[in-house]
Amino acid sequence: MSLLAAAVEPAFLVPTLLLDICFLALLVVVAFAIVRMRSLFGIVMLQGVYSLLSAAWFVTLDAVDVAFTEAAVGAGVSTVLMLSAMLLADRQSTPVPMRRQLGALAVVVLAGAAMLYAVGDMPAFGDVNSPANSYVGMDFMAKTAEEVKIPNVVTAVLASYRGYDTFGEVVVIFSAGLGVLLLLGLNGNSGNWVARPNGQVINDRTAPSAGLYQDNRSEEQRAEAGQ
Amino acid sequence: MSELFSQYNYVIVIVLMMTGLYIVFASRNLIKKLVGLSVFQTSVFLLYITVAKVKGGQPPILIEDKPYGVDKDGHALLEGPIQVAAGDGAFLLPGPGSDVLYSNPLPHVLILTAIVVGVATLAIGLALTVRIREVYHTIEEDEIQEMDFVYNLEGTAD
Repeated sequence: MSLLAAAVEPAFLVPTLLLDICFLALLVVVAFAIVRMRSLFGIVMLQGVYSLLSAAWFVTLDAVDVAFTEAAVGAGVSTVLMLSAMLLADRQSTPVPMRRQLGALAVVVLAGAAMLYAVGDMPAFGDVNSPANSYVGMDFMAKTAEEVKIPNVVTAVLASYRGYDTFGEVVVIFSAGLGVLLLLGLNGNSGNWVARPNGQVINDRTAPSAGLYQDNRSEEQRAEAGQ
Repeated sequence: MSELFSQYNYVIVIVLMMTGLYIVFASRNLIKKLVGLSVFQTSVFLLYITVAKVKGGQPPILIEDKPYGVDKDGHALLEGPIQVAAGDGAFLLPGPGSDVLYSNPLPHVLILTAIVVGVATLAIGLALTVRIREVYHTIEEDEIQEMDFVYNLEGTAD
């Protein structure tokens, strides 16, 4: 045990801090590159890089479970989702003239300044006695060994103490999956959509974009689509 | 050095969050907007996990209370120093007089849930984008608004 303590105590200062600074610098570079980039493929891949970098940073911050999930879900699944959406939608984003970005810039600078003003009140990095690290979390830490009897406290909290939350999360994912299926018309309605706002019928031929493209369907198919 | 950098993380994370927000506000391309939302979201995760770190702490996985490299009868283990703890109930716990410190598990749990829910909302957003592209044949916001404007004034050919 003394060996363990000796290994842990002085190690925190320099290497962790250096890793911290490097990861954060890389994250900033990637985020700014996303702002500047116009190719959607590049943007999506950089988003994956951003997730992967933050997963690496989570490991240095002791959040191994979060790092694992972020690498699998954030860098893996969401990149695949975005790539497939990009494939179905578009390849390039048109640049926005600078004068139309000034409003956004002003809002962002104001919000950022307000948050930076509050930074002075945040606990120091790694503070053992900060409010966030003092109460409930440490209770879970102390009681898991007795009450749940597994070593991984994050798993214990997720599946046992806050099991209802996790159940709610599953419900959210299920509804999202259902929503995606319905939106993409994988229930067999693909291309045959029709909407009736205020009594007027809108479909492929009468949509705002009609006339921009050729309708290649036969008359029967159009009739089937509900005109 | 560590005093100087005690609040450095928060500053950079705020810069990252604002970059994500800027992408959401400033770009007109719907997929780029969603990427910005995702960057914003990941930066919020970074903020939470930074708060959970405890100086000199370990990942919140309880260490079994027995000497390394030795099994229950005191025989040396050949496989190596680390064995998976399997429920004897004897773990090293933090507290007064204890040598171990663990980082705070609670923010980790919250963020685990948030990551998964974030992907669910992202999937819905992307499906909506694909759907919009089916109807409008573009995913640039200004072009869509322009079409809507013309449509509301005149309607289409039929």
